[in-house]
Amino acid sequence: MAILLNKNTRVIVQGITGRDGSFHTRMMKAYGTNIVGGVTPGKGGETIEGIKVYNTINELKNKHEVDASVIFVPPKFSVDAIWEAVEANIKLIVIITEGVPVNDMLKIKNYIKGKNITIIGPNCPGLITPNEAKIGIMPGNIFKKGNIGVISRSGTLTYEVVYSLTNAGYGQSTVIGVGGDPIIGSRFIDLLQHFKNDDETEAVVLIGEIGGSDEAIATEYIKKEFNKPVVAFIAGKTAPKGKRMGHAGAIVSGAEETAQAKIEFLRKNKIPVAELPQEIPEILKNTL
Amino acid sequence: MKLYEFQGKGLFARYHIPTPKGKMAENVNQALDIIKNSKLPVVVKAQVLTGGRGKAGGVKLVRSLDEANEVVNSIFGLDIKGYKVKKVLIEEGLEIKKEIYLSFLMNRNSEKITLITSGEGGMEIETVAKEKPEAILKVDIDPLLGIKSYHITSVFDHLHISDRELQKQFTDIIKKMYKMVTELYLNLVEINPLVIIKGNRILALDSKVIIDDNGVGFIKDFDAFKNYDDLTPEEITAKENGLSFVKLNGNIGCIVNGAGLAMATMDMIKHFGGEPANFLDVGGSSNPEKVINAIKIIRKDKNVKVILFNIFGGITRCDDIANGIKKAVEILDIKLPLVIRLTGTNEKEGVDILRSLGLETTTSMQKAVKKAVSLIGE
Repeated sequence: MAILLNKNTRVIVQGITGRDGSFHTRMMKAYGTNIVGGVTPGKGGETIEGIKVYNTINELKNKHEVDASVIFVPPKFSVDAIWEAVEANIKLIVIITEGVPVNDMLKIKNYIKGKNITIIGPNCPGLITPNEAKIGIMPGNIFKKGNIGVISRSGTLTYEVVYSLTNAGYGQSTVIGVGGDPIIGSRFIDLLQHFKNDDETEAVVLIGEIGGSDEAIATEYIKKEFNKPVVAFIAGKTAPKGKRMGHAGAIVSGAEETAQAKIEFLRKNKIPVAELPQEIPEILKNTL
Repeated sequence: MKLYEFQGKGLFARYHIPTPKGKMAENVNQALDIIKNSKLPVVVKAQVLTGGRGKAGGVKLVRSLDEANEVVNSIFGLDIKGYKVKKVLIEEGLEIKKEIYLSFLMNRNSEKITLITSGEGGMEIETVAKEKPEAILKVDIDPLLGIKSYHITSVFDHLHISDRELQKQFTDIIKKMYKMVTELYLNLVEINPLVIIKGNRILALDSKVIIDDNGVGFIKDFDAFKNYDDLTPEEITAKENGLSFVKLNGNIGCIVNGAGLAMATMDMIKHFGGEPANFLDVGGSSNPEKVINAIKIIRKDKNVKVILFNIFGGITRCDDIANGIKKAVEILDIKLPLVIRLTGTNEKEGVDILRSLGLETTTSMQKAVKKAVSLIGE
């Protein structure tokens, strides 16, 4: 089962002819992702990594059925690329690009409300259902098929956690990097709802960080409605207030946005929080 | 990116939002000259990229020329929360009848553009929220629909503004602020206080503007108000070299790929009893040049006693990082011990490169962090 993505998901790549787009098209294909086409305006008719390129999604859709799109388009053109995918009614849109303006994301998010479109990102590593398919830039070899769902605001920190899960024998159902921006397509709570209904997922690992209140919102939801064990890790205990720590969304603007406040709130609601990312498998063992 | 008050007011002028008459001075003599040629009283306001300057003595009234010297000198000497005062804004003194708080915010929780207003102008909004939450009105605006008359009506009701002429001016200011937010990619525009003065005129007495870092590339004349003044010289160098860097107070320098892992590394250093000297994310596709620049920036900090690399290769390839370290060792004459954690994509190639230089590596983040901390203890 897993969530959002499996080996049958038909994926297109927007920005397929770029350096990152073409490289990761190759990597995704090698992992088993079912890539049916690519889009780069002005490059229609070319072939990249054996994949046919079209000028627009509409043109592509005349030839192929599409379930998902992954966007590698540079910031300057990314907003139009996202709108194009949204207007084409693609059900899963994954935005890898870092640097999408917040107010454009705000409009896009308000537009898709109630439309049955899921956006992951921007500024994210994508998602992977081990042994089936990956959309994005995660290194496939560290993942293992299994029953732990992972949702994370970070990229390499996700790899760190997954690496220790895999080494400890805990495979993953689906792993999603939601992205480091202030406004993102899917927040913790949105994806927890998917994991709740997924039979394959037995427990969920949440990897949060400073800034915003998504962890607190997720905590409330878990307390009230979530039916599986959750283990969390929050990065940024040593981050100073008011400084942006790499991710655009990783900035403490109020007392409740610190790592400490988030950790306290999670623990108060009986959700275990690991002190170190490598402790997560041990805590899972005690929880499951 | 935060703007200075005077830069924010420059944008207000562009959007025809009324502000008091004022002039900028960059030193004491300039300031005194301006005051001499102004109608008194005037207000001298320190220009710093932080709040709380009033309490720190950074905003003062000058009623007579006798006072001017002392006031101007005291303000130019100030250090407000680590920001030295290098510029002041000198504005006409006004007779204020009412102070209002008004702002627009990209609201990451409600995912709307939120108008916030309160009759308690002049107070920090966080304080009002704590002490008198009922004084605050928040109006969520759908960015696809924009600001409508009923949003503004609710503001008038909340603030008890019934005078037609005032309503007209107020409406105009609200609409222009909203336009600024959308056209200039603002995360925040705040006027605190917005004042009603004698003769029923409304003016923006202060400005706080934060531009979305992702939006700056889309603003045509961005260079006109670009400033890096809230960054340290090292942070500016890092920014120009495509690195994310934040200086901290410890002695273990960190070079990490990925922001989340970089934060987790700092936290782990602290967990094992050490103190991180910085946050540094070398970014995704890291060419060797980035590693060299990262080392250069870190070793400028004389507190640093050890440099810790924590690399989990994904898009970043371990051999790229290793080549960067190799080149840095060759050209930089590094005296500090290097502790290197290397795992992931092309790990073997990376380890081989470093071994040929006599540099040990580990695949374990915990081992590397513990080692770096133990080296400080020695």
